[in-house]
Amino acid sequence: MSSPVLELRDVGREHGRGEATVHALDGVSLSVGPGEFVAIMGPSGSGKSTLLNLAGGLDSPTHGDVIVEGKRLGGLTRSSLAQLRRRAVGYVFQSLNLIPSLTAVENVMLPRELDGIASRRARSEALDALREVAMDELAERFPDDMSGGQQQRVAIARAVVGDRRLILADEPTGALDSQTGEDVLRMLRARCDAGAAAVLVTHDARHAGWADRVVFLRDGVLVDETAPLAGPESLLSTSPIE
Amino acid sequence: MSIRYGLLSLLERRPMYGYQLRQEFEASTGATWPLNVGQVYSTLARLERDGLVAVSDDETADADRESQRVYAITDNGRAEVRTWFATPVRNTSPPRDELAIKLALAVHTPGVDVHAVIQAQRTATVRALQEYTRAREAAADDLSWLLVADSLIFAAEAEVRWLDHCETRLARAARTRTDAASAKPAGSVRREDARS
Repeated sequence: MSSPVLELRDVGREHGRGEATVHALDGVSLSVGPGEFVAIMGPSGSGKSTLLNLAGGLDSPTHGDVIVEGKRLGGLTRSSLAQLRRRAVGYVFQSLNLIPSLTAVENVMLPRELDGIASRRARSEALDALREVAMDELAERFPDDMSGGQQQRVAIARAVVGDRRLILADEPTGALDSQTGEDVLRMLRARCDAGAAAVLVTHDARHAGWADRVVFLRDGVLVDETAPLAGPESLLSTSPIE
Repeated sequence: MSIRYGLLSLLERRPMYGYQLRQEFEASTGATWPLNVGQVYSTLARLERDGLVAVSDDETADADRESQRVYAITDNGRAEVRTWFATPVRNTSPPRDELAIKLALAVHTPGVDVHAVIQAQRTATVRALQEYTRAREAAADDLSWLLVADSLIFAAEAEVRWLDHCETRLARAARTRTDAASAKPAGSVRREDARS
């Protein structure tokens, strides 16, 4: 098996100290390989978002290691961590965080330009990413002139631009109607089928259904996960009906 | 589920052999509810007896052999199909739901970890959802199958939501018991106990 894109080794995250210590995450180990789509389910307060923030280097564990593309985040300098976040990791959040004064294509180019990529190349990559989410024709629109679903597509394009290998999504379909939400998941799925790794945090079982593997968090601990899928036929060839 | 109406409505499209009916039924429902050929022929025999289908006149082959007979819908059969589509499916008495019964019994069975029962079910149901989602994506242009797959997916989602709700309810019940226990002096009857 190829080496994981994301690996959590016995990761814990505590808040406070002494008797008031809260274990947001406790002894979590998780490995996500290239092409793999993993969903994390759990009630609110179970540590889902903490896990995602640690995976993206937005927060640091109090013990254990987070490894992205073979690099231990705890061992990186502040600037190399920032660079890894920009180059290797894409985020899709419930709130879209598009910059209102930039057009769709400019929003998508931004992380690449911040990374020092020449504007012309950044633009061409951004257009490729927008094409992938069927938004290339609206590339010059501003966020205010787009529907919620269109804005979310742009946010996804921004998360994957420049061939980033790890996509972290936190309830990315929050404000969308069910059909548009499904389109978003189909795009994440397609991105994984093309080789990226994705971690989706959700409380919605129908969204988790898109994943290759679903892990369940409870009180900061991984309590269970679904068995690997055999294939589309296994559940659907039962005995004849009576 | 009524095979009878399934076959009748397929015969509205055109006359068919028994094995064709079986194939078309399975194609329409994504092989979610496989039929065996014996069920098809026994149902056709009843439909013929009731005058809802007839063996097609232009059939010249050996009409005594089941596999050689072409069935066509009659006017009475058409009327029956119309009535079926016009009548809502009745859910008057709730179907016996093994999971609901299991949880109802688990909460009062000594030594059973209800949370473990719920989680095991949640994992299994989410896994089923993964399979349904894959199967649906694999057959994306077949409208009949999409509808059936959506039905399976929504039912599974509803089950997971219900399981989540059960956990919340259990947690609340546990809190109520703890509060009641700490609020009352030892020896008094707790509300939860008194009710059960």
